[in-house]
Formats: sequence, C-alpha cells, structure tokens
Amino acid sequence: MTAETPDGGVDRRGFLKDLLGACGAAAPVLWFGAVSVPELAAQDGSEPYDPTEHLYGMGIDVAKCIGCARCVVACKTENDVPEEEHFFNTWIERYVIREDGEVEVDSPNGGIDGFRPIRDDGEIRRTFFVPKLCNHCEAAPCVQVCPVGATFTTPDGVVLVDEEYCIGCRYCIQACPYGARYMHPEKHVAGKCTFCYHRLVEGKVPACVEVCPTQARIFGEVEKRATPLARFMRFNDVQVLKAHLNTRPKVYYANLDGEVR
Amino acid sequence: MQGYIYPNEFELHWGLLVVLYPYLTGLVAGAFILASLERVFNVKEVQPTYRLALLTALAFLIVAPLPLLAHLGHPERSYEIFMTPNSQSAMAMFGFVYAWYLAVVLLLEIWFDYRREIVLWAQSSDGWKRWMYYILTLGSTDLSEKALKFDDSVGRWITIIGIPSAFLLHGYVGFIFGSVKANPWWSSVLMPVVFLFSAIVSGIALVLVLYVVTTMFRWRKVDMKCLDKLAQFLFYALVVDFSLEALDFIHRLYESEESIEILRQLIESRLFISLIVLQVVMGSVIPLVALALVSPGLRKGGILRTPPELRQLIYIVAAVLIQIGIFSIRWNVVIGGQLFSKSLRGLTVYKVELLGIEGLVMTIGLLLLPFVILWVLVKVLPPWTDMDAQSAEPQPTSQGRAHESYQ
Repeated sequence: MTAETPDGGVDRRGFLKDLLGACGAAAPVLWFGAVSVPELAAQDGSEPYDPTEHLYGMGIDVAKCIGCARCVVACKTENDVPEEEHFFNTWIERYVIREDGEVEVDSPNGGIDGFRPIRDDGEIRRTFFVPKLCNHCEAAPCVQVCPVGATFTTPDGVVLVDEEYCIGCRYCIQACPYGARYMHPEKHVAGKCTFCYHRLVEGKVPACVEVCPTQARIFGEVEKRATPLARFMRFNDVQVLKAHLNTRPKVYYANLDGEVR
Repeated sequence: MQGYIYPNEFELHWGLLVVLYPYLTGLVAGAFILASLERVFNVKEVQPTYRLALLTALAFLIVAPLPLLAHLGHPERSYEIFMTPNSQSAMAMFGFVYAWYLAVVLLLEIWFDYRREIVLWAQSSDGWKRWMYYILTLGSTDLSEKALKFDDSVGRWITIIGIPSAFLLHGYVGFIFGSVKANPWWSSVLMPVVFLFSAIVSGIALVLVLYVVTTMFRWRKVDMKCLDKLAQFLFYALVVDFSLEALDFIHRLYESEESIEILRQLIESRLFISLIVLQVVMGSVIPLVALALVSPGLRKGGILRTPPELRQLIYIVAAVLIQIGIFSIRWNVVIGGQLFSKSLRGLTVYKVELLGIEGLVMTIGLLLLPFVILWVLVKVLPPWTDMDAQSAEPQPTSQGRAHESYQ
C-alpha cells in the first residue's frame, strides 16, 4: 500500500530502516515501531519553543482511513475529553452512497464503538470514512465571535481556548460551521481540538496522527517545503471542508468526496 | 433525532433563556419607539401611554440581561465582556450597547421628563418618601421656567438620540444571529431589520395591553382616541414586519441554496406549530385581518364600524395574539436555528426542562419579573395622565408638563 503513494516516501524509508534494524524481531513490534516514528522538527529542549517559527496544519487522506477510530480513542485519552458520547475533538464519519444517490452518514460514538454492517450491500455506489476535527481555520469564525477573546489563534496557527478566561456563552459553538466544538460538561467552557499543542511544543505530533495505523493523517508545517505535509499537498489534490464559507481551514483532505460536509 | 448530526451537536446550546433575551430587548426597543412617537413625531393621541411606555421599557431593560447571565457557563466572568471586549465580536458590543441604552437614553430621559414632578413630590410628601424623592432629584430642584424649558428640550434631544439607539439595541441582537454564516437559518442580512420591526410590533402591543389593563384597574375610562391610534400604528408596524418575514421566506425559497431541503424538513416537522400555526396564522394573519377591519389603519373609523367596547376587546385579543406570535418568532429563530445539523443531514430535538436554571419555571419567573419592577416603578413614578385630586398617589400640581400638553 505504501509503495504506491508518493507522499509516504520518508516514512517508507523509515519503515525499511526499522525493518533492517529490527531484523528477527516479532512482526507486531516492527509494525508499531514504524507508525510511532513521525516527529516534528527537532525540539531537543536546548532552545525554548518559538511559535513564530512554525505554522501547523493537518493532511487527511480519506482513501487511507479504515475507520478504526484509534485516533478518537487516543485523542480522548490524551486530552481529557469527556468519556461520554457527544464530546469529541475528533471523530470518524462513515459515508455510504447508494446507487440512487442517497447518502447515509453515521458516526456511532464518534466511531469508537465501531460501525454496524451496512444493510443491503448490493446497491452501494461507494463508501468511505472521513476523520473530522477542528480545521484550525485561518479566518476562524469562533475566534471572531468570542466576546472576550478567550478563543484565539496562536502564532503557529492553532486555535485554542483559554479555559481560565472563557465565560461559557457558547457563541463560538454556534459560529463553528464544522461542529468541532462542545461545551465541557465539568469545566463549563468551550472544548475543542488543540492539535495536541502540549505535544507540539515538545516536537511531537498530535496523538491522533501518532496512532493512525494507515497514516491517513499527516501533520506538519504548512509553509515549509521539505515536510511530510508539504509533500502530501504537493502530490495530492487537496480540498478543505465548506470552502464557500471562506474560513480557510488548515486541515486539508485528499480524495475527498463532494458529499462530505 | 433524524438523519445525521455531528456528534457534538447532540446538546442544544442556546435554550429557552436565550429565546427570552431577544424577546425582552424587543419589548424595550418597541416600547421606547412608541414613546418617541409622542415626543418627537408629535402624535398627541398616544400621550397617555408616553410615560407608561418609558417605564415599561426600563422595567424590561433591567431584566433583559438576566437570562443571558443565567445561561453563561461562568457568569462570574461576565464582567470580562466590559474589561477585555474582543473588538471583532458582535457579542462583545452587548455591554456597551446595553449600558448606553440604559444610562444615556432611558434613565436620562425618564429623569428629565419626571424631574419637575419629582421635586414637587419631594416637597409635598413626608417621611421616607420625601427623602426618596429628594434623592431622585439628584439635588436639582430648580423649577424656574427656564429650567423646565431646559428639561423639555433635553428630553426631546435624548429621544431623538434614543430612536437610533433603540434601533441599535435590537437591530444588534438581530445581527448576533444574522451574522453567523455557519447557520443558514440565521445567516441573513434581513435578520436585524426583521428583529427591529417585530420589536416595534411587540412593544406597541405590550403597551396597548398594559394601558388598558392599568386604566381598568384604576377605574378610569380608556381613552379610545389613544387606543385607536395605538392600534393604527400596531397595524402599520405589523404590515411591515409581516412583509419582511414573507420577503425573507420567499427569498430563501427562490434561491434554494444547499440548505433548502433540511430547512423544508425543519419547518414541516419541528417548527410546524410554532412557525406556521403560532407565528404566521395566530400571531400575524389573524391580528392583521382584525386590525385591518376595525382599527383606523385603512379607513378612518375602521372598515367595520364597531362599538368602542367591542373594538377595545378586539384590540386586546389582537395584541395578546401578537405577543404569542412574537415570542414564537424568537423561538423559531433561536431554537429553530439549532434543530438541524450543520451537516445539513439531520434534525435534532429540544426538550424544555421544567426546573433547572434554563427551565420553564425560571423562564416564567423572568417573564413576570419585569411586571413586578414595572409595578414598583409605577408606584414611585406614577405615569398617569388622568389623575385627579382624590388620587392616593403623590400628586403634582395641575400645571404639570404632562397636564399642559394634553390640552
């Protein structure tokens, strides 16, 4: 699978290196070794993190997502997202498009509970999984509407919420076209994806990216040339969600179907 | 739930309390604009409602921010909206628009309008009442002709500033919704205008009911000239409001954007009662027809000649129906806009709680509170224009400004 996609170059090399290095080891160990490799530009800790040096985005290859929702679980664990249903920083949608054009979408518990077998398999035109998350829009409506400025964009392009400052008016939740925000049931402030900002400053990729077994999620610098994300965007036709709203998302989708909203 | 909604959309974020907020501010703006009819546009017939309308506006304005405050996740941080407002945010302007309207427009106008009487009441009452009125004079007890003329002219100017302010107060609430591009049910440039005209309608209707009820409870005769004029303006405002609503509807239907299918489902299933039955039929069409027939809106004396008692009853029924209709408008905007998914693939439901901070009991309490405040205000600052010497209320001399101007 990796051999056919041009964007997987570096990771394939990494994979082969691992394969040679771990010659004789058990296969599962190798496999996990390969997927936990992705790291951001070196943060050796000697210099403090400078957010102005970076601009982050995420690439998602819809064709690679297998709907396992390991990303959703990892995100909930990493970010203390409430365990219950209906609170997600990221979730997986399954699209089933029938021969007559009818579209069925579902996301049972964000995908964590797995997807039920599709009824009546015969008449399906196409079906696929779409990981969703905050798009960290360049022109973020949530940032615009926040009355006190508790929601803000960091210099490295990440949209965050200051939990000590948010008054809990929920205007940002209304303003987000992507349903990416929720009201935290205990903290009573807006909750959302942070691109795992606490990991970024340590040079690590977001948890969802790290655990994805098919590397459907690519994370990195939007503007620098020699990065996995830049490569992803060079070798794929990428689209963003709801482009007509001019929010200028920084989550870029490859192989995205027109039915996805 | 029906179809697909984003997982985070399960919880409906703005509930009954947020429905209440635009309803209350609408009444404030509407009542004030009614008051300005007399003061600025010299519609002398509605004079008996002038002060009542001002006090009504004040009573409702005091309550208006309470539902918002109660609905915040962190009400104790609400002052941040004044301290560090985000200049990009429509909602950040709330504090300033509100403070401007309360302090600069309403309180000042009421004070200048009542100052003469307050001084007289301070002189003629005793005990704590005397002190209360003295404090209310703010130390300004000059009743010379020059001073009274100044009061009158300042009051007039405040009203002139107040009209655009009232437009701002409620048009701005409409903008909060109308500017959310993520929501096709809200996102409309007409939203502030529709809000504004529905506010005028609701304000006039409320003052009309209050005027009749308070007059009856004081065993006085309702001034039919005043009532007819109110009904006439109510009719005109309703025509404009209904036309704007219809324009918005037709425009959406004609453009038939991506969202049209889900909005059709929304209206047909979730909003049928509140939109078609309550808002359009009961809240708009029936009052429109009734007012068109009996009020002097289309023909002097009404198309149908009716005895005053019957006409008064029809006005009251129409005004109450209009209130139900306007509340439904607020419901349909606020709740309706959250009943469909932004994926445009599904509908959700809203269940009103009975108790709890956003429940029905709280809402009814907040709806009644302005009337309690109004009752107190009316006790302190009687707005009546038909008081006589036997009245138990503190009584200004018969040369009061109010009295002069009705003759």
